Amino acid sequence: MDVRLADSGLNPAAELAAFSAAHGAAGGIVSFLGQVRAEGGVEALELRHFAPLTLPGMTALAEQAQERWSLAGLLIIHRVGVVRPAEPIVLVAAAARHRRDAFAAVDFAMDHLKSDSWFWKREKIAGEWRWIEPRVQDHVDRERWRGE
Amino acid sequence: MARLLFLGRLEDIAGAAEMHLPLPAPTPLAEVIARLPDDLAAAVSAPRIRLAVNGVLCVFPEPIIAVADELAFLPPVSGG
Repeated sequence: MDVRLADSGLNPAAELAAFSAAHGAAGGIVSFLGQVRAEGGVEALELRHFAPLTLPGMTALAEQAQERWSLAGLLIIHRVGVVRPAEPIVLVAAAARHRRDAFAAVDFAMDHLKSDSWFWKREKIAGEWRWIEPRVQDHVDRERWRGE
Repeated sequence: MARLLFLGRLEDIAGAAEMHLPLPAPTPLAEVIARLPDDLAAAVSAPRIRLAVNGVLCVFPEPIIAVADELAFLPPVSGG
């Protein structure tokens, strides 16, 4: 299990190559890469976190995923700081003997990262920073996993 | 000196990400909040604001704040 915050560049290709090499015996690897949408005149996104809670919360989330599905490995890397359009924000990858475990674990981790993790996001449009409010859809997505 | 941290949009209302508040003695949270400017006091008292004292989420509503505690006011998160 490898869970990290990255305060500067995140290189998804290099991270995935290393993850694949570390889990060569797994039957499959599923990954999700989230990046800043290049739309709506957004010049930059800033991700703030609260160190005492953010990484421990992500680690607890990864542990839940590992208990729930049969995984050989799980990687979660989340950017903090200022990120530009088209740059990566989050990379989640799961290695498993069977693909469904890997797909489900990545989907689960993403839904919880979006709704439960201690990140606050603001975006810069036309030179002005504006905080982004929570999205109802993110909570709906997370609720899918309850009681399953 | 207690250290108050304002996360997310609370930073804009506070005008700074952190503030230092001299506390002569352990003080109930409500009294600490009452010493903040009105708009900030209202914002940190909103129902969905969580509080962490010294990095630990507060589960009981009315903690007593020690003179050197760090208080972080955490608004709803806005997605990873």
